[in-house]
Amino acid sequence: MLSLRNIQKSFGDHHVLRGIDLEVAKGEMVCLIGASGSGKSTLLRAVNLLDPVDDGEIWFDGVDIAEPGLDPQPIRQRIGLVFQSFNLFPHMSAAENVMLAPRRVKGLSRAAQRGRVEELFDRFGLGHRIDHYPDQLSGGQQQRVAIIRALAMQPDILLFDEITSALDPELVAEVLDVLRSLRAEGMTMILATHEMGFARELADKVCFLESGRILEEGTPAQIFDAPREERTRQFLSQVL
Amino acid sequence: MTKADENPAMPGRRAQYEAALRRRSMWVAGVSTSLVFLAILVLVPLAPGWEAVKKSFFNWGVFSKTFPGLLDAFLLDIAIFAWCAPLIALLGLFVAICRDIQKPALYPLRLFATVYTDVFRGLPVILVIYLVGFGIPGLGLPRPWNSPYIWGSLALILVYAAYVAEVIRSGIGSIHKSQSSAALSLGLSNADTMRYVILPQALRNVLPANMNLVVALQKDVALLSFVGPVEIFRQAGVYKSLYANFTPYVGAAIIFLAITIPMTRFADHLMNKRRKQEQ
Repeated sequence: MLSLRNIQKSFGDHHVLRGIDLEVAKGEMVCLIGASGSGKSTLLRAVNLLDPVDDGEIWFDGVDIAEPGLDPQPIRQRIGLVFQSFNLFPHMSAAENVMLAPRRVKGLSRAAQRGRVEELFDRFGLGHRIDHYPDQLSGGQQQRVAIIRALAMQPDILLFDEITSALDPELVAEVLDVLRSLRAEGMTMILATHEMGFARELADKVCFLESGRILEEGTPAQIFDAPREERTRQFLSQVL
Repeated sequence: MTKADENPAMPGRRAQYEAALRRRSMWVAGVSTSLVFLAILVLVPLAPGWEAVKKSFFNWGVFSKTFPGLLDAFLLDIAIFAWCAPLIALLGLFVAICRDIQKPALYPLRLFATVYTDVFRGLPVILVIYLVGFGIPGLGLPRPWNSPYIWGSLALILVYAAYVAEVIRSGIGSIHKSQSSAALSLGLSNADTMRYVILPQALRNVLPANMNLVVALQKDVALLSFVGPVEIFRQAGVYKSLYANFTPYVGAAIIFLAITIPMTRFADHLMNKRRKQEQ
């Protein structure tokens, strides 16, 4: 479904991504782990075309979306991205946050969406918060609304950029539960994460990033229990 | 366990100390203010020219005769203000958006907006009023298109829209980039991102700054008197000549303050509210 080949990206003199290759099959959950600054976030923003890559190919559904000059808008509608800091629109209620993009991009009226959106809120335990504003919600609730907002576009693949890193520890579980539920229904997902327990439990594939390269990838068992690389071992001993 | 914990109605040591401090500063402020006022009341009338000033600026007879006429004339100020303000808002918004346009085909608009704000923020208001207010009717346009109301108002609109545009643009710049990232990541177009996500937040952020411009506009309407309209400042001048007395100007000042002080307070109130929200 998604295939990255030799992705290169620099910000000024800083070479952030140095040749990333990655295959993601439909229904797979891939976890990117690695220290801060290893390129995880940049990679996700590149796939969503927010920060276009300098070189390399991103094959998505038979199209190279890294092609310079390609209109990013229709691609982004099919590749959702959830941010570490939620980035909800503070001047809109939770429901309006969720309905804006389907309304403007797909032409679905509020009335046409409301039923389905209410179902989504109910499903993630936010039925009673649907008309609240972001500043009336806890971090965990805001992040769940942000996930619903991305889901409402019915994307083919969802990217999660350290979505629990800005949360108080006691709020992490409610967000991870949402991911678990999406995993169960077969959503294709790529996560940049520091939640090693979660990655070990649910990922099909874990990639360890170091200085803009995927140093090692494999099943959770391979990476967590028998890492080949010394650097991977070192990193895991620091975070586990 | 302190006393405050046992009984919430009982103020703690810190609260008692602060209350005493507050009482003391209010007392000091009250005494020093009274002393200053007393000094002014006693000293000013001792000035050698006081009797003359009193007669020509604070003449009750002239005041009561001219005040109703001044109020009448002020209605024209309000009318000019009322039709200028919405046009300023629209033009200012348009120019602000033009300045951030990225499309190459629309570059002329961007260039126009940049030159426009530079020019009209760089000129004294009164100069623009003279140039537009006398210059355009000088083309020999037929009635009603030679009216100083129209061209004087246009001058105000042109100048104030340039300031409003800059204020709005700073508001757009104040919205964190993560907001447009979030909007774009959902597949929204650049235009929709601006219209639904950036602008509503930006306009709310700059409301207090724009309120200050509204107050300034209300005052600057008086400048139109130089190109013709008999609004309050001009009317005060007519009365001054009629009665050979400056009291009508004091009357006009009182009327202006009655409007602008509440507006300024309101702007400050919005500004404080904004600051609190940001914390």
